Amino acid sequence: MTGWSRHTGVAIALDRENVDTDQLIPARFMSTPRAQGYGSFLLHDMRTEADGTPNPYFPLNVAPQASILISRRNFGSGSSREAAVYALVDAGFRIVIAPSFGDIFASNAVNNGLLPAKVTEDAVEGYIRHLAGRAGPAQVDLVAGSGHVAGRPLQFELDAGWRQKLINGWDDTDLTRQHADAIAAFRAARAASQPWSFPAAHAAAGGNT
Amino acid sequence: MSATLLDNLWSDHVITTRDDGASLLWVDRHLVHEGSHHAFGKIAAKGLPVVEPGLTFGVVDHYAPTRGAPATADIARMIDTLRSNCAQHGVTLFDQGDPRQGIVHVAGPEQGLTLPGLLINCGDSHTSTHGAFGALAFGIGATEVAHVLATQTVWQKKPKAMRITITGALGPGVGAKDIALAWIARLGADGARGHAVEYAGAAVRGLSMEGRMTLCNMSIEGGGRFGMVAPDTTTFDYLKGRPWAPGEDNWDAAVARWHKLPSAPDARFDKEVTLDASEIAPVVTWGTSPEEALPVTETVPDPTRLPMNKATRARAALDYMGLNAGQRLQDITIDQVFIGSCTNARIEDLRAAAAVLQGRQAQVPGLVSPGSAGVKAQAEAEGLDQIFTAAGLEWVGAGCSMCVAMNGDSVAAGKRCASTTNRNFRGRQGRGARTHLMSPAMVAAAAVTGRLTDVRPLLQGREVQA
Repeated sequence: MTGWSRHTGVAIALDRENVDTDQLIPARFMSTPRAQGYGSFLLHDMRTEADGTPNPYFPLNVAPQASILISRRNFGSGSSREAAVYALVDAGFRIVIAPSFGDIFASNAVNNGLLPAKVTEDAVEGYIRHLAGRAGPAQVDLVAGSGHVAGRPLQFELDAGWRQKLINGWDDTDLTRQHADAIAAFRAARAASQPWSFPAAHAAAGGNT
Repeated sequence: MSATLLDNLWSDHVITTRDDGASLLWVDRHLVHEGSHHAFGKIAAKGLPVVEPGLTFGVVDHYAPTRGAPATADIARMIDTLRSNCAQHGVTLFDQGDPRQGIVHVAGPEQGLTLPGLLINCGDSHTSTHGAFGALAFGIGATEVAHVLATQTVWQKKPKAMRITITGALGPGVGAKDIALAWIARLGADGARGHAVEYAGAAVRGLSMEGRMTLCNMSIEGGGRFGMVAPDTTTFDYLKGRPWAPGEDNWDAAVARWHKLPSAPDARFDKEVTLDASEIAPVVTWGTSPEEALPVTETVPDPTRLPMNKATRARAALDYMGLNAGQRLQDITIDQVFIGSCTNARIEDLRAAAAVLQGRQAQVPGLVSPGSAGVKAQAEAEGLDQIFTAAGLEWVGAGCSMCVAMNGDSVAAGKRCASTTNRNFRGRQGRGARTHLMSPAMVAAAAVTGRLTDVRPLLQGREVQA
């Protein structure tokens, strides 16, 4: 993934708590290959009526160009489906601003270059009131941990390691392979001290019952 | 030393720790399913192999057909993709028709793949289930799954330690699911965010492994990526003789090691919560988040009596759920029931539901999907399938089924389902579906009366396992 340090875009608010991953992408879309793009699945069942027509009042339909999503507590709670992040990223989002995030969602977001920017409840309340259902300009400085949303100041919390990863666009797998010797040594020690943690041998022989 | 169970598990897996505090951890077991296709695609793109196929196990569960052939070509393709990825990388697969097949969090423990002291990852948030054995088990996303496939390690910051102590004894008809929904209702769906939850106390010690798995499974619904119970004789008795558990050659050494895992008596936790088991009643959810749960004897909350923030959410939930403020929960009529999922489809769950249904008729249709082929065989040996079918419910194959509605088993729009599953999210069981979460015994009670029902009177004079 590509790193980034500053983003200027359009913010829109989704005035809800507990926006879970089943809402971010309903399960029925998850057999789609990523190459086809997940953007149209984002919040699909909120965005569209039962007959498939778009709900014109839904924030994402009001501002399809939005790249910064503001929401309430516990955003991305629920399942580990990284597809929830793919849907946001493929729909053009770079940043989600909320008072709290589901732990797994936040990790997945950072792994895909999407910033989970944690702010206070009061700040979110202010942005939501100020935007009043409309889109507004916003800017985010990843290095400084600040910016503004519709003219109001933004200060967000972010884990230091995650900040580095987002800025540099690092891929953990490449970094981890630099630790190959330490991993091999750990494995050997574990096989000696806790051989049962490597299960294959007797199970392959039909178990020990 | 006053280490917690979390401290002991964590330190035993750290390979190295970065300046930012993230540790590289060794992964003892990696479980994959159909949804892992993104991750296999990622390692293929890098030209990397699965580095430890002997520590990686595949299971067909999310898309597993519960009745005959896959419902659509897309579903069949998802299962075929897992098959070919496992075959290509030499990964053992519990495929359709294999007696070891089942939901990953049911089949893994059943096969003895889940052991105390192990670090277990799976691309599924309910991986916390395996913590019931005193394992460090947590769900990960596709990028992390690819990382584990390629390196058998995972980067992770140590969570804070939280202990939920359940004192005393549970009343009749009250079980692990009720404990879980009770604490989530009290602390919120993010009450354990950033924490690893250790469950302790007499009521938890008194739970079977099945009950402990239900409790740990639901941790993520309270925001906890990790749930765990210290291992004890209940754990060891469950494991002995299972196919992948330690054999006679190193059983004693393993148990000696596992005895060192529990938290020290003077261990300090970042957050402590205590609930009295005797005060926990059978719980049902009324809204669209697991935190929106109440004792079944209560009434639907009135948004006008809630603080503004909660009121807005409650109004939206009641609108989606088609409920009226102030109505008695026990007056809510249902359209169907579902007994299944990684939360509540183990043998004990099926026994609890069957104890209520025996000799009674369900007033609504419903599906009973055992958690694994092994559970299915055992239930049939005990005649439980006969009780379900005689009551008018459908007895089907093992898989995630109607919990996540990926395999074609779903609840129609506007229909109301009493369900033993873990999420009452909007659309979870199908677009527009209305889900009420509860225990297997409570779902059985709802089936018998056609409405949400306190199971306790229905159990009088019946022998029920805890």
